[in-house]
Amino acid sequence: MKGLPRTITEAAALLRRRETNALELAEIALRAAHADGFNTWLLLSDERAKAQARAADERLRAGDASLLCGIPWACKDIIGTKGVATTAGSKILESYVPPYSATVVERLDAAGAVMMGKTNLDEFAMGSSNENSAFGAVKNPWRVDRVPGGSSGGSAVAVAAGEALFALGTDTGGSIRQPAALTGVVGMKPTYGRVSRYGVVAFASSLDQVGPFTNSVEDSAIVCQALFGKDPSDATTMPLPSEDLRRDLGRGVKGMRLGVPKEFFVAGMEKGVERAVRDALSELERQGAELVDVSLSLTDHGLAVYYLIQPAEASANLARYDGVRYGLRVEGPDLLETYRRTRGKGFGPEVKRRMILGTYALSAGYYDAYYVKAQKVRTLIKQEFDRVFEKVDAIVTPTSPTVAFKIGQKVNDPLSMYLNDIFTLPVNISGLPGISLPCGLSDGLPVGLQVIANSYQEATMFRVAAAYERATKHHELRPKVAA
Amino acid sequence: MPIDRATIVHVADLARIALTEEEIERFTGQLSVVLDAVERLKAVDTSEISPTASTLPLIGVQRDDVIRPGLTTDEALANAPKGGRDGEFFRVQEILETR
Repeated sequence: MKGLPRTITEAAALLRRRETNALELAEIALRAAHADGFNTWLLLSDERAKAQARAADERLRAGDASLLCGIPWACKDIIGTKGVATTAGSKILESYVPPYSATVVERLDAAGAVMMGKTNLDEFAMGSSNENSAFGAVKNPWRVDRVPGGSSGGSAVAVAAGEALFALGTDTGGSIRQPAALTGVVGMKPTYGRVSRYGVVAFASSLDQVGPFTNSVEDSAIVCQALFGKDPSDATTMPLPSEDLRRDLGRGVKGMRLGVPKEFFVAGMEKGVERAVRDALSELERQGAELVDVSLSLTDHGLAVYYLIQPAEASANLARYDGVRYGLRVEGPDLLETYRRTRGKGFGPEVKRRMILGTYALSAGYYDAYYVKAQKVRTLIKQEFDRVFEKVDAIVTPTSPTVAFKIGQKVNDPLSMYLNDIFTLPVNISGLPGISLPCGLSDGLPVGLQVIANSYQEATMFRVAAAYERATKHHELRPKVAA
Repeated sequence: MPIDRATIVHVADLARIALTEEEIERFTGQLSVVLDAVERLKAVDTSEISPTASTLPLIGVQRDDVIRPGLTTDEALANAPKGGRDGEFFRVQEILETR
């Protein structure tokens, strides 16, 4: 075999037919990753991967292996990996080697999946273009003068460029779905509370979730199956009975009611994006779904709510980087000055901006006007989704208003950068599950379709996404490099 | 609401972040733009609305009080910054004045 199979399901079938083995898959993936020209990887752990692959081959021979056994995957470098450096894309954690693995990593280890290494990201997951990494921007394999989206840009590119069969990312305001859209892969953010964050570097704790990048909707469900479930180490995981997330994949959308919120088709949206998404809606209608016009009138306020709550939570979470127990320390004449210098030197510009914004929103005199006000509007946004879900089974929207933009284009204009996430962040604000899947090209660059379901209704979300995917070939399009 | 230079300096100090002159200038302009954008929330009537801190329908989650293994001292200290470890302790600068 020259390249990796396209999907986990194909690879799993090849492994079971003995047409390949886990070690061969790992070696192919690692070779592709070492030849990567997009600054996708911050670290490749070849020896660890090969050891995991050999163990996976033994399990496959014994015949008791899960679908993820022997599947090479890429880990966003904000997810802690025992004994493997975890930087969060920041100079302040450049030398940090976690003494334990995140629960999600342990679950994939237990399933026999093969972790190849750690992928590049916006520093502390703060960004929508992957230009905020302390270790350089990631390039989009579809066109290398374009951003891959962010913050999980490296994980998206690893899958888009055929260097891994799946990847994990984190999504606080769109950081899985937006880069998935911009690189033409499937990216999924689970319901808040579905997946453990234990061992994941915390960004904004009421919004963060871990989720997968894959090349198919079914693969997304397969990875989620391994990730979902209560973790005693994370009190914010929901104790729910386990369910088969693939059960509705083949049911089709006939008779389903799909909400189309008018506020998601706005001025400023690229024509080619709108056309691709409208075509996707027509396809779903052709298959027998009923499209229902709905209104999410507060969509416009989502950005303001998000850019108060998220920096506020981040400013509290990132207080721990003080140069005392781990990470960078830049010593000053006294401890206070050591804190100031350590954080001044260790954090990049976007992190500093958000620390200041968040601290301001939480400071005496502004707390009620900004932070509490944002939390109240959050309640209203959630209530609006609740009312829409009384009428529809799922909501279908564009993932991002634009295709991949040029590297450098928005880097000095934070507000225009933040607008990339207007269609994804209401989903985090409301704690809902959302998936982005490819729905065609505009100007030669991928467009993403977002399917949003009610809380804990991932099976319904996968059902809609799979029905669309089955009828189209968009997910089979690959950038030239990976063709 | 425009945010002024003195506010940026004060808030950066609260956040324990040393900024360069150039950063202070740049952030003052950029954060004013962002705060202008969030100002629009004031138009939303929230007089009867409670704040949402989390969408999770769980409160007061408890777990059994059982002993489980944790990190060893060496593991816990392994990431201490350069010069930041002293035997079994993290070393920090003096914070109390000696009499």
